Amino acid sequence: MVIDLKVEVRLFATFREGREKKYFLDMPEGSRVIDLLDMLKIPAEEVSILLLNGRDGDAMRILDESDVVAVFPPVGGG
Amino acid sequence: MEDRYSRNVSSITEEENRRLKSFKVCVIGCGGLGGYIIEMLGRIGIGTITAVDYDRFEETNLNRQILSDTTNLGQSKSLAALERMKKVNPEITLNNVDLRFDSTSGEEIIRGSDVVVDALDNPQGKRLAGDLCAKLNIPLVHGAIAGWYGQVTTVYPGDKAMDVICKEGTSCGIEKELGNPPFTPAFLAAIQTAEVIKILLKKGGTLRNKILYADLLNMEFDIVELKK
Repeated sequence: MVIDLKVEVRLFATFREGREKKYFLDMPEGSRVIDLLDMLKIPAEEVSILLLNGRDGDAMRILDESDVVAVFPPVGGG
Repeated sequence: MEDRYSRNVSSITEEENRRLKSFKVCVIGCGGLGGYIIEMLGRIGIGTITAVDYDRFEETNLNRQILSDTTNLGQSKSLAALERMKKVNPEITLNNVDLRFDSTSGEEIIRGSDVVVDALDNPQGKRLAGDLCAKLNIPLVHGAIAGWYGQVTTVYPGDKAMDVICKEGTSCGIEKELGNPPFTPAFLAAIQTAEVIKILLKKGGTLRNKILYADLLNMEFDIVELKK
């Protein structure tokens, strides 16, 4: 039986274009962070900052219940 | 107290304003962010500002870089900072460093600073600033802009924020497509300058272990916690 996990995704800057700012998604157990990004059609290579529960996250990490994922594009101007 | 500083009070006290004269702040980059930051640090009365930039002004800078004007195109950005401060506040010292901030020059440039401000326009430089500030035990105020968006965080030695924000291998940001309108650097520069003053005077709350992410298109401001 596949158990769904509830996770929150927060998008920033250009990742919000054509998307919502925040999603609450049900993901099958065993899903990885990158599966979330795929679902939202965000190429992993375009993500500069990936925070998982406020810490530096890895796209290959398996999701846990109530995880909060925040993704930012690279901002480098000065 | 001199009249020039009277309107700083009581946001900061007279005694705090006097203390600002004893501090040395290094601003790396005299472009969009750096120009405004130097302006504000000079006006509030920071005693010594090191203004670092190897670049020369060009016409594309005129939309946003406060130190640029039609009379100094082709001239040194750090020298423009010096010329500007002579007019705005000749009581402070501005050391202009007309060098590229890199692994050869970087350590000597920031050594002895009380705070370093990241107003650089490239991820490699930003990472280097983070590394060198950690090594030399200097707080760093990071800022970056792209289009309507910008981010600021304050990094103390030992914090991991720069490792999260400026990852190895990132070569450029979304500013290459989004450009840089005038209001974004002005806004983010003000936030960075306020952070510098609070670090120096040890007052208020800062963006340590937090990123302020500003979206001026939708007027949304998020402070995202960076856990230790």
